[in-house]
Amino acid sequence: MEEDLNKNKKNSRRQFLKKGLMAGAGVAIGGGLITAYVDATATATGEKVKVLTTDGEIMEVDQGLLKLPRISREESHKGIPGRKFVMVIDLGKCKNARKCVEACQKGHHLPKSQEFMKVYLLQDSEKTAPYWFPKPCFHCDNPLCVSVCPVGATFKRTDGIVLIDNQRCIGCKFCMTGCPYSTRVFAWKHYHEYDEDKQPYSPEASSPGKEGTVSKCDFCPDLIRVGKIPYCAAACPMGVIYFGDVDEDTVTNGTETFQFSQLIHDRAGYRYLETLGTRPCVYYLPPVDRQFEVDRGFGDLDESIKERYKDTPYSKKNKP
Amino acid sequence: MEPEQKNPLSEFAPQLERTSIQGYAWIVFLVFIIGIGVYAFLQQVFRGHEVTGMRDNVVWGVYIVNFIFFMGVSYAGALISGTLHLFKTAWRKPVIRIAEFITIISLLIGPCFILLCIGRLDKLHYLVLFGRIQSPITWDVIAISTDIFGCLIFLYLALLRDLATLRDYELLQLPKWRKKLYKILALGYTGAPEQQQRLNRATNIMAAMVISIAIIVYSVLAWIFSVTLQPGWHSTIFGPYFVIAAVYSGSAVMIICMWVFRKVYHLEEYITKKHFVAVGVIMLVLAAFFGYFTFSDYLTKWYGSEKNDELLIQLLFREFYWPFIISNYVGVLLPLLVVGIAKFRTITNITLTSVVVIIALWLNRYIIVVPTLESPYLPIQDSRPEWMNYSATWVEWSLTATGVAVFCLLFTVASKFITIVPVSGVQGEEKKEEALV
Repeated sequence: MEEDLNKNKKNSRRQFLKKGLMAGAGVAIGGGLITAYVDATATATGEKVKVLTTDGEIMEVDQGLLKLPRISREESHKGIPGRKFVMVIDLGKCKNARKCVEACQKGHHLPKSQEFMKVYLLQDSEKTAPYWFPKPCFHCDNPLCVSVCPVGATFKRTDGIVLIDNQRCIGCKFCMTGCPYSTRVFAWKHYHEYDEDKQPYSPEASSPGKEGTVSKCDFCPDLIRVGKIPYCAAACPMGVIYFGDVDEDTVTNGTETFQFSQLIHDRAGYRYLETLGTRPCVYYLPPVDRQFEVDRGFGDLDESIKERYKDTPYSKKNKP
Repeated sequence: MEPEQKNPLSEFAPQLERTSIQGYAWIVFLVFIIGIGVYAFLQQVFRGHEVTGMRDNVVWGVYIVNFIFFMGVSYAGALISGTLHLFKTAWRKPVIRIAEFITIISLLIGPCFILLCIGRLDKLHYLVLFGRIQSPITWDVIAISTDIFGCLIFLYLALLRDLATLRDYELLQLPKWRKKLYKILALGYTGAPEQQQRLNRATNIMAAMVISIAIIVYSVLAWIFSVTLQPGWHSTIFGPYFVIAAVYSGSAVMIICMWVFRKVYHLEEYITKKHFVAVGVIMLVLAAFFGYFTFSDYLTKWYGSEKNDELLIQLLFREFYWPFIISNYVGVLLPLLVVGIAKFRTITNITLTSVVVIIALWLNRYIIVVPTLESPYLPIQDSRPEWMNYSATWVEWSLTATGVAVFCLLFTVASKFITIVPVSGVQGEEKKEEALV
């Protein structure tokens, strides 16, 4: 840790991506904007770790007391300096295992009815192949949701992430109609899951949720700050979801790391509904060289989840 | 006002002085409906927006439809009264007050419906505190508040002469506080030539302002939809289309109000068939425009058949078949036939047509708002029927009924405060008109 901190900024960032991201663990390095939130109710382990405070000072805290840092509302509007995040989703590997959905819901303390990550069964036309399509927020570079927000509750950061501040959100839902990808969800009532999160609210954690406000996939900047990849990417058993940095030109799913530009070039990566001009930060690799039959996606699903896909053209065609 | 004339107020005074048993029953009935609405609203506040039929796909429902509807009626009132005033239309006098009341009353109700749609009413002041000019909602906040302000001034200027007449009419049997109120509100207007000149000039300026504000405000409202990328909303025609639809609905509401007040206050002598036909012809012209705009909009969507437009049109003709037919066929053709053909042109027929037109235009807004939200770019894949298709709950219907009830109640109360036919100069105008004929 100490060594890392002494290195120059650029080096430490590279270190962060190569080692930190691949290992999927480690404590905050990088921009140096860490606010360690110490939970008084947690038990001490006796093991000390060094963290960097917002004032730029190094302080020692007990590891047991250290939770994911919660960045203040003001700080979370700024973004992590010098970064530009990107996600790549390999459609050839997805089999609708839904671990991304579950991990995301758990990580963000969401009720069952709220999914930041949704998995669609798409088929572009009658003769084309059906495929599973995991859809996070695209964190567009030209986000209509941000343009239409009347109070600045949703905002685009310097690192490319589009976040929502639910303490600012008035719940007009204009952003939900503005988003052409149906990404945003609304809290139609107070869900008890929101109470599970005892930490103070931070837009970076999108938790705890709040009745009457909008929320969505946040690219997990709280995890990024401690050198981890988002919940969905880490949880996927097939390694479908890659996360990384455009400027570093690196993406990783936790086990494999690729050069982003090369990967997009070699695999003909594309962005969904490019014609709309929203300029998403999420790229898809076409569903070629499939590892699984589409039907495998119906494997061990709950009946209610299976029901979801019963009206898709694919399911209608293949009715027993 | 010629002083030697018999004061026209003597005829209208009973309207202000007494309320019949039926009148009270009517008010109690309205208050009852509003009471249910208050209960529904409390349900929504305490149990969350879950009590409505809105969900993550259809995030806007009947509330927004009502918002567009009432705002439309209001702008229509402004446009009609402003235009009639500005062009000094001969027959306007007995009906112009109705148009003015429609404007201001629906303008007070409309914005309440958008508030019902907002998740956190406790943070409403953020719209001002943190308002961002990029957002069409901010445009709307500025535009609507300007409109309310402008319309209130216009209405007040239009009322001033009558308030002075009411103050000066000593035979009026009213409690002291009301007479005092008239005195304060009349602002010492005596009808001196200089005062008249100033008042006329001010009213003319406000009439012109109100017309332009109404067009701007309703276009801004339309842009809330058309600035998004949603199939069906992302249309350049929406601004003018909404303005035309608004004036159209307003002309229909005006005819119904004319019919009601004619019956209730026995105004047969003042509001005649001539007025119904005149407003009916306005309605006819607007029906033609409305039909033309609707046709243009759907023709271009259908002919080019972009995938998502095609899905939307399929949905319209499958699940929204009857609303589509009523709003875009019946709602266009009926006024053309009834008002267009002299044989059908009776007061009852024109009024019944207006009722159909109002229903058609409400449905028109419904099939603009809901089907688009039910056919987004990414198909809705959900197992819960209420998350796939919108259907309004009793809470939403009850609050819709409350909106209508408040409209009726405020109109009733207003007609108890000021005569529904302007008393100042009405006879003078009639005489002039007769001379013209």
